[in-house]
Amino acid sequence: MTLQDSTWDTIKKYGVVIILVGPALVLFTSLVVFPVIQASYYSLFKWKGLGPLSDFRGIQNFIRMFKDPIFIKALWNNVLIVGFSLVVQLPIAFTLALLIGRESYPTAIIHRGIFFFPYILAEIAIGVIWKFIYDPEFGIPTIIASLIFGEGTKIGLLGNLDTAFMAIFLVIFWKYVGFHMILYVAGLQNVPIELEEAALIDGASKAQIIGNVIIPCMKGTIIISAFLSVVGAFNIFDVVWAMGQGGPAHSTETLVTYLYNFGFKRFAFGYGSAVAIVIFLICLVFNLLYQKYVVGGQND
Amino acid sequence: MKRLLLFTLILSFTVLTSPLMAEGQQDKNSGKTTITWWALSGGGGADDVREKWRKELISTYEASHPNVNIELTMMDVESFKQKIQVAIPAGNAPDLFASWGGGVMNEYAKAGALKDITPYVKKELAPYIGAGALSVYSYQGHYYGAPYDMGAVGMWYNKKIFKELGVDVPKTWPELLNIVKKAKAAGYVPVALGGGDRWPTHYWWVYLAMRMGGQEAFDRVVSGQGSFNDKSFVQAGEKLLELAALDPFQEGYLGSTYDNESALMGNGKAAMELMGQWAPGVQEANSETGKGLGDDLGWFNFPSIPGGKGKNTDVMGGGGGYVLSADAPEEAKDFLKFFLTKENNMAAYEVEGVIPVVKGAEAALEGQPNAQKIVQAVQGADYYQLYYDQYLPPAVGEAVKDAATGILAGLYTPAEAAALIDATWQSEK
Repeated sequence: MTLQDSTWDTIKKYGVVIILVGPALVLFTSLVVFPVIQASYYSLFKWKGLGPLSDFRGIQNFIRMFKDPIFIKALWNNVLIVGFSLVVQLPIAFTLALLIGRESYPTAIIHRGIFFFPYILAEIAIGVIWKFIYDPEFGIPTIIASLIFGEGTKIGLLGNLDTAFMAIFLVIFWKYVGFHMILYVAGLQNVPIELEEAALIDGASKAQIIGNVIIPCMKGTIIISAFLSVVGAFNIFDVVWAMGQGGPAHSTETLVTYLYNFGFKRFAFGYGSAVAIVIFLICLVFNLLYQKYVVGGQND
Repeated sequence: MKRLLLFTLILSFTVLTSPLMAEGQQDKNSGKTTITWWALSGGGGADDVREKWRKELISTYEASHPNVNIELTMMDVESFKQKIQVAIPAGNAPDLFASWGGGVMNEYAKAGALKDITPYVKKELAPYIGAGALSVYSYQGHYYGAPYDMGAVGMWYNKKIFKELGVDVPKTWPELLNIVKKAKAAGYVPVALGGGDRWPTHYWWVYLAMRMGGQEAFDRVVSGQGSFNDKSFVQAGEKLLELAALDPFQEGYLGSTYDNESALMGNGKAAMELMGQWAPGVQEANSETGKGLGDDLGWFNFPSIPGGKGKNTDVMGGGGGYVLSADAPEEAKDFLKFFLTKENNMAAYEVEGVIPVVKGAEAALEGQPNAQKIVQAVQGADYYQLYYDQYLPPAVGEAVKDAATGILAGLYTPAEAAALIDATWQSEK
C-alpha cells in the first residue's frame, strides 16, 4: 500500500462521514442550534421584535420572570400536569393495556380504537370540541346539573378560576391516555407468555404476576412512556390555548401559553426569548438527568 | 454516492438561500407592479362576502390599471395579528394591510416599517375624510394610512325585554344598575359578556374610567403629569365591582368568547351588551335564526356617572382601515384612494356593516336608526377615545385587559388593578 493510497482511503473514509452526516448536520444546525443561540442572545435585551437590538438588559428578563407570580403559576401548572400524568394518567393507561392488550376477542380491537381515537385528532380541534362540551349554555355539565338540580342550572367550568385547570387537564388526559395505552399494549406483546404461565403454575397471584413479571419485562416501555409524558407536558399549548388562552385571569397558563401571552402579544420578544430559553433548559436538564439516571440505570 | 453528495449540496443550498429567493419573487412580474393586500375576513370560508366584494373591487381596478396586479389574502383577526407580527420583523410585510391605528401602528411606524404618506393623505384623502377619523392613522404628525370605518362602542339592548321590564333607556349609571336588577329578576341575562376574550371586559373598565375622570384624567396620564393610579382609574374598578355585585353576566362568562356573547344577544336571552358598531352583523351570524334581533335591537350611549367628570356624550370607539408598509409601491396609495371612494365606502357598509368615513357615504345608512345613532354619537363627541387596547402600546393594552378581567375574577382590588396598568405603562414609556 503506497502513501497515496492511504491518503485516498482517509479521504474516502471522512468523505463518507461528511456525506452521510452532512444533511442532518445542516438541518440540525440551521433549525435547532442556530435558533437556540439566537434566542439566548435576544433574551439579554429589551426588544420589541422590531428595529435594532440596542437596549441591553443582561439577565434582567430572567429576574423579572421569576418575580412574576403569573410565570410561577404557569410553571406550577406544568409541574401539576407532569404530576397528574405520571400518577394518574400512566397507571390508568397501564391498567387499560392489561385489560384489553392481551385479549384477542374481536371487540378488543374496537376497545383499543375507542381509547386511541382522541390521539388521532389535532389538539386544536380537541380544544374546540371540548369548549362546546363544556359550554355553560348547552354543554354536558349543564345538562347533568339541570337533571339533578332542576331546569336552569348552569355550569361554566372553564369560566371558573377553581375548576378551569382541572377541566383542561381532563381533556389532556382524555387525549393522551390512549396513546400511552397503545405503547403499553405494544410492550405487552414482548412479555413472553411462558413466563406468566410459569409464574401461574408456581402459584403466583394475578397481582404478583403483574408486579414481578409483567412490569419488570416492560420497564423499557414504561421509561419511554414516562419520558414522553413529561416532555409533552412541558410543551403543552394547543389544547390550553383553544380552550381559554391561559385564562380565566391566567389561571390555566402553562409555560408555552405564558410565552405567547407575554412575549408575542405584548411585543416583548426579548422577554419571550428568555421564557423560551428557560423552557428549553428545563427540558434539556430533565432529558440529561433522565438519560443518565433512568435510561442509563436500566442498562446496568 | 455522487448523488448523495449532490443531494446534500442542493439541500444545504436550498436551506441557506430560501429567504433570498422568497424576496426576489415579488419584483419579477413581467413589468407589472404587484401590490400584496392583507385584509380581514368575516368568517364564512369560501362564501365570505367580504372576500367576494374585494375580489370584485380588484378586477375593476385592474381593468383600468393594466400595469397593476393585486394579490389579496384574507384572514380572520387573530391569524392576521399573529402573521403580521412575524412578517414585519422578517421584512416580508404585505404592501397594504389591515390596521386599527393607534398603539400597534405606532410601534410599526417607530420601527420604520410603515410608509409615510403624509402629503398624499393631506392632498388626496383629507378633502373627503374627516380629520378625526384620519388622525387615528397618524403618529407624531405623520400619516401612514387611512380608515374606512369609524364608529363607537355603546350599549346594544333588546327593546322587547326593556318593554317587558317597563324600563326606558338609562341615562345614568344607577338607572343602568336598576335595569340590571329587574332583568335579573325576570330571568334574563342582564349583560352578555365574552370575558374569556378579555377585550369586551376592557370596554367596561375604559368607559367607566372615561365617565369618572373624563378626557382630563387620561390626558394627564399621557402627558406624564398623572398616572393610572389616579383616583378616577381606581374608581372605574370600583364601579365595575358595583355592577359585578349584581351578578349581571351569564354563567361562566370569564371563559366565554365574544361569539358566545353575541349569541346570547342574537337569541334574545340577554338584555344588553357593550359593543362596537359591528355588533348587529355578528349577532345575526351567531343567532339560531341567522337573523338576530332585527328591529328589536336598540343602541344608546354609555350612561354617565353622577359625580364623574366625563360626559354622557364622550365616546370610545375606533374602526378598521389600511396602512402601507415601508416598501409598498407608489401605486398602493392610488389603490387605497380607490378603495375609499364614496361608492366603495357605501358598499363597505352593505358588506361589513362599517360606519362610513367618506363624506356622502353616510347616505348608505338611510333607514338604519342604530347606525345613524352611532354616527351622531361619533360626530357629537367632544372627546373621542380610541379603545385603550389599540391606542396604548400593546403591552399596556394587554395590562388593561388583564386588570379588568382580574377585578371581575376577584384577583385584584380596583387599586391593585390600576397599579398593574400603571407599572406596565411606566415601563413602556
